[in-house]
Amino acid sequence: MELKDKDEQARYALWLHWSTLTGFITLIVTFLAYVTNLLPAKVPLGDLPHYWSMPADQYIKETGIPTGWGWLGMLGHGDLASLLGIAILSGCSIFCIAAVIPIYAKRKDKVYLLTCIFEIAILAVAASGAISGH
Amino acid sequence: MRRILPLLPLLWAHPAFAAAASAPNSHWWIWPLALFVVCFFLGIVAVPAGVGGGVLFVPIVGSFFPFHLDFVRGAGLLVALASSLAAGPSLLKGGLANLRLAMPLAFGASISAIGGAMLGLALPAHVVQTALGLTILGIVVLMATAKKSEFPHVPGADPLSKMLAIHGVFHDGISGRDVEWKIHRTPMGMAMFLVIGFLGGLFGVGAGWANVPVLNLLMGVPLKVAAGTSSLILTTASSSATWYYLDNGAILPIIAVPSVVGMMIGARIGAHLLTVLNAAIVRKLVITMLLISGIGALLKGLGIWS
Repeated sequence: MELKDKDEQARYALWLHWSTLTGFITLIVTFLAYVTNLLPAKVPLGDLPHYWSMPADQYIKETGIPTGWGWLGMLGHGDLASLLGIAILSGCSIFCIAAVIPIYAKRKDKVYLLTCIFEIAILAVAASGAISGH
Repeated sequence: MRRILPLLPLLWAHPAFAAAASAPNSHWWIWPLALFVVCFFLGIVAVPAGVGGGVLFVPIVGSFFPFHLDFVRGAGLLVALASSLAAGPSLLKGGLANLRLAMPLAFGASISAIGGAMLGLALPAHVVQTALGLTILGIVVLMATAKKSEFPHVPGADPLSKMLAIHGVFHDGISGRDVEWKIHRTPMGMAMFLVIGFLGGLFGVGAGWANVPVLNLLMGVPLKVAAGTSSLILTTASSSATWYYLDNGAILPIIAVPSVVGMMIGARIGAHLLTVLNAAIVRKLVITMLLISGIGALLKGLGIWS
């Protein structure tokens, strides 16, 4: 690894560390609130054995659980609040790649600059729910 | 431990598990607790066996737990993602994961992973289960036969890797020397990562089992850098597929969170046990577990066993 590459590696690692830590803490806290009923679930915990053996689309139809980002407006429910930590963990790469863009831009490394921009675009499209099946 | 693990599926025959599988309001917590315990053990054996947790998680949980495969695959992706995210910072700082190598490969893999996720949620479960069983049996053959090369010989860097300036130096802690490396066959490697990303998204199994051989044996990346960079690629490729599963309601926190936490605690213990456990024996144990769960997935997919 050349010295110049250490800048981007170090910055990526720093953002990865903090975003992952934030995601894990959120995941654990919201999940504990969910299973202790501190935040009541939209689908009661006792009813889950009825639903967890059915396909995801049938589960959505029968429970009325929102798809896409609909859960974000219902964070008062423990099961949907638990998705917040999962979303942060899934979004870590977006933060990290965005963080190294200025380094590639400053270095005029056009290929990697464009790779980063396209990668963020791909992840953003996946995250947006625009290609969701619903 | 290696005597106990293969017996775990027998626990599932216990009446308490059978009763809790689908009966509403009755001991719903038994299965998530069982999931946590199983993932804890999977985490312990995954590290010394040199595989990611996802490849063990999906076939085993998919075969022996009452959850629909959609939710198992969603949780499997999250297990793979969480494990790689946790390992990423130290791998990057230590030079064992190379961002310049990972970025173009992860780009292709993350696009195809979305395609795999879309197909996986669109196909009937028995078709995916059958294909998963066949893929797992293929992985068993790969794991049992694939060779590894600590420092592969690369006669010369190919034009694409030269243009992308993909090369590096890493410090090998065992020999105490700095090892310079370069890669070859970059276009073929990129094409392979398209396929690997697709399979990862389709089955939710992560892709360390395929990433490392392609990086190491095909592209000539030193084994330790291949393993570290594979983990970094997974952080992006699994992420894109995880979003698709999340958007489509295929991630149930009651399945995903105990799996992730159990696997991560187990993996930490597994890392500490690296010096105590016989890695070759653990690897054989894992191959056996994969073989059993692969056959289980195949039989379940074909409707022979439910």
